[in-house]
Amino acid sequence: MSPTLAGILFLGSLVLAVVAVHRPLGDYMFRVYTGRSHNRVERGVYRLIGTDPDAEQTWGAYARGVLAFSVAGVLFLYLLQRVQQHLLLSLGMDPVKPDQAWNTAVSFVTNTNWQSYSGESTMGHLVQMAGLAVQNFVSAAVGMAVAIALVRGFARKKSPHLGNFWVDLTRGSLRILLPIAFVGAVVLVAGGLVQNFHDGTTISTLTGGSQTITGGPVASQEVIKELGTNGGGFYNANSAHPFENGTAWTNWLEIFLILLIPFALPRTFGRMVGQKRQGYAIAAAMGVIAMASVVLTMVFQGVHHGTVPTAAGAATEGTETRFGVLNSAVFATATTLTSTGAVDSFHDSYTSLGGMMTMFNMMLGEVAPGGVGSGLYGMLVLAVITVFVAGLMVGRTPEYLGKKIGSREIKFAALYFLITPILVLAGTAVAMATRDGRAGMLNTGPHGLSEVLYAFTSASNNNGSAFAGLTVNTVFYDTALGLCMALGRFMPIVFVLALAGSLAGQGRVPASKGTLPTHRAQFVGMVAGVTVVLVALTFLPALALGPLAEGIHR
Amino acid sequence: MFNLSWVRRHLAAVRALLVFTVVLGVLYPLAVFGVAQLPGLHGKAEGSLVTSEGRTVGSALIGQSFTDKDGNPLKQYFQSRPSNAGDGYDPTATSASNLGPEDIVDTLPDPKLLAAGKEDENAKQSLLTQVCERSKSIGELDGVSGARPFCAPSGVGAVLAVFGERTTGGDVPHPTRVVSLNEQEGVVRAPFVAAYKGVRVELARYGEDYATGLVVPVRGDAPADPAVPPDAVTASGSGLDPHISPAYARLQTARVATARGIPSARVAELVKQHTGGRAVGFMGEPAVNVLELNLALDRQFPFRDRP
Repeated sequence: MSPTLAGILFLGSLVLAVVAVHRPLGDYMFRVYTGRSHNRVERGVYRLIGTDPDAEQTWGAYARGVLAFSVAGVLFLYLLQRVQQHLLLSLGMDPVKPDQAWNTAVSFVTNTNWQSYSGESTMGHLVQMAGLAVQNFVSAAVGMAVAIALVRGFARKKSPHLGNFWVDLTRGSLRILLPIAFVGAVVLVAGGLVQNFHDGTTISTLTGGSQTITGGPVASQEVIKELGTNGGGFYNANSAHPFENGTAWTNWLEIFLILLIPFALPRTFGRMVGQKRQGYAIAAAMGVIAMASVVLTMVFQGVHHGTVPTAAGAATEGTETRFGVLNSAVFATATTLTSTGAVDSFHDSYTSLGGMMTMFNMMLGEVAPGGVGSGLYGMLVLAVITVFVAGLMVGRTPEYLGKKIGSREIKFAALYFLITPILVLAGTAVAMATRDGRAGMLNTGPHGLSEVLYAFTSASNNNGSAFAGLTVNTVFYDTALGLCMALGRFMPIVFVLALAGSLAGQGRVPASKGTLPTHRAQFVGMVAGVTVVLVALTFLPALALGPLAEGIHR
Repeated sequence: MFNLSWVRRHLAAVRALLVFTVVLGVLYPLAVFGVAQLPGLHGKAEGSLVTSEGRTVGSALIGQSFTDKDGNPLKQYFQSRPSNAGDGYDPTATSASNLGPEDIVDTLPDPKLLAAGKEDENAKQSLLTQVCERSKSIGELDGVSGARPFCAPSGVGAVLAVFGERTTGGDVPHPTRVVSLNEQEGVVRAPFVAAYKGVRVELARYGEDYATGLVVPVRGDAPADPAVPPDAVTASGSGLDPHISPAYARLQTARVATARGIPSARVAELVKQHTGGRAVGFMGEPAVNVLELNLALDRQFPFRDRP
């Protein structure tokens, strides 16, 4: 079989698998978030938290819950890293220094999982499993909770309430993420991922050298890293490390886990608003963009344009033999289209245009399909912007799912959209204007700019992948990127919840002749178009100075 | 702001976090650990360790270097891919090169330091030169041509700095001066090309600033599909890649057989046995596990060092 055909089958089988499970999983999540009864474990959790699970919250209370829980997460994670030398399973690691501990704490709580540290030389096992991996679960559950709150905003009529944050958080963690993670972790162990508590076994190699075989509870963390679209690797080499991703089929499974929930949530949305076809339209818009992106990236990597890839004969620098170039390109697309940021190959060494695609994917705002939860709420905001643009064209008041998109709603949607470009472009500009910012670049010229642009894009969009040549463990980058991650996560969340509150308070306008149907191919095309055009207009000048300048030459 | 509901909300948040830490951060990984003790899973959860004659010699999933103390390849062993993990295949320092596709200009070393037998820490090989140098030395080791596109015969990237007036399209039609950027005076005797557009090509001198020249990589006439395969000249993402491509294994077969004094066909047979196909028929790429192959070689055809 030719590598090209194998690559096409690899992609095709993933698409089929995602399509096959989106329905049962989407329906299951619908039942999880709309069910009225609480099981015994959950009742125990609510008692320990001290909350009444049947009390509903306004958008403000919901948002304050999200923020309080996240602040607690950051502080706890910061503390855990600072005192790790006194804890069990510390492997003799020193405490993480303050700016890096802040950066890492924010990074994991915001579902970014940007890593300015190298796992195997910085973090003990306890910090990894009881600190970082816990945030992998709950940051994903927070994203899903916010998405569900927005969907309730569309689904409800004249209601001041959006649900109960603590209930959504608990159910998302325990009923959705935990069972899938447990099964997935066991399967990954069968693929060679380690799950032990060794501090490293030093052995004598075949030629008499010494090598330390590292250990750790890797499988249990790897699975939620992908499923929760987190992306923070146990080891520095992330999913390229054989102990994180041992075979070609674990590679397939990890990509599947990344796409699983983001592509199933539109189904949940369709069920909750009582029109499944609305969910299909959102999933289709995600799918169209994702398909175009993955095909382009595979082509750019396969054709391997550029000086070093031509000299080598293939774009194999930074890729593993067992995955090959094309499967690595699929992973790179999945990880940057969602908010994952795990890597099974190193994007810094990709062809210029292939590397640009990974950046463009993140710039799309990670909505195709996006992170767990954040992808759905991002896409719904873009749908709101789309009906607004369409309404302007024909001169009618825009409406979406029976809700009027008035000036209040469009202000929240527009503010949501503007935050990340501002963080990315202003952040990159500040870095390029200061000596500390420029000092971090490994490569020079346009590729150096790409490294910085990639870092701010990744942090502000809560992705976490990197053009890893950039030296980011400096006070400047730890602080600046930490700020971008925090603002890029919580400001959009607050605007989404405000939008949700505003929508839930409205009644429902009956569809009329002038209502734009939002379940047809026309609307799918418009949403995809608006997404790409808005991003292209925002970021093209920056891309032209970086990857385009590097990649387009004779 | 510090009213009762504010305090209550944050207390709830802290309590929620502690509950989740116990359930998801302690009980869950322990449960997976428990299941991983089952036969069939246990060995994998422990790191897929490989033993030979009763001693652990590595992990089937983690690559190794098969070199002597000075880092020279041992001829009797199949060689792994280049690695950026520490000094090579160090699992406590996993890493990729992270060098970009247009990283083609070297930072040359100070000849004074070189003459004193020291290393210049500020010198840096470009990714292109790394590829070219590896190709050259593997070609010599395995008796094939190490030539590649954009590589000079001296084993560095074939890159010129062209000085002179530029057209609006960015070309320099009438250069006034041309320098071969990666070939250093005193290290290389003559540049890879004597003249460019009628101008004599100079060797690069340490400390001179060539920033105003137009950087032009020169393709040369090497085949697009060189004898030394791509995986042999590029480093992996993890720096721990346990595999090489079947093509790179085939390239090394004759040399290994000669070193061990056995017919090439026997080694080729062993390579075939240790070549894994794609998972499920279409996932990944066919690959050869280097440690397992070398272990099998040692078992079946022990190497005797002939003085």
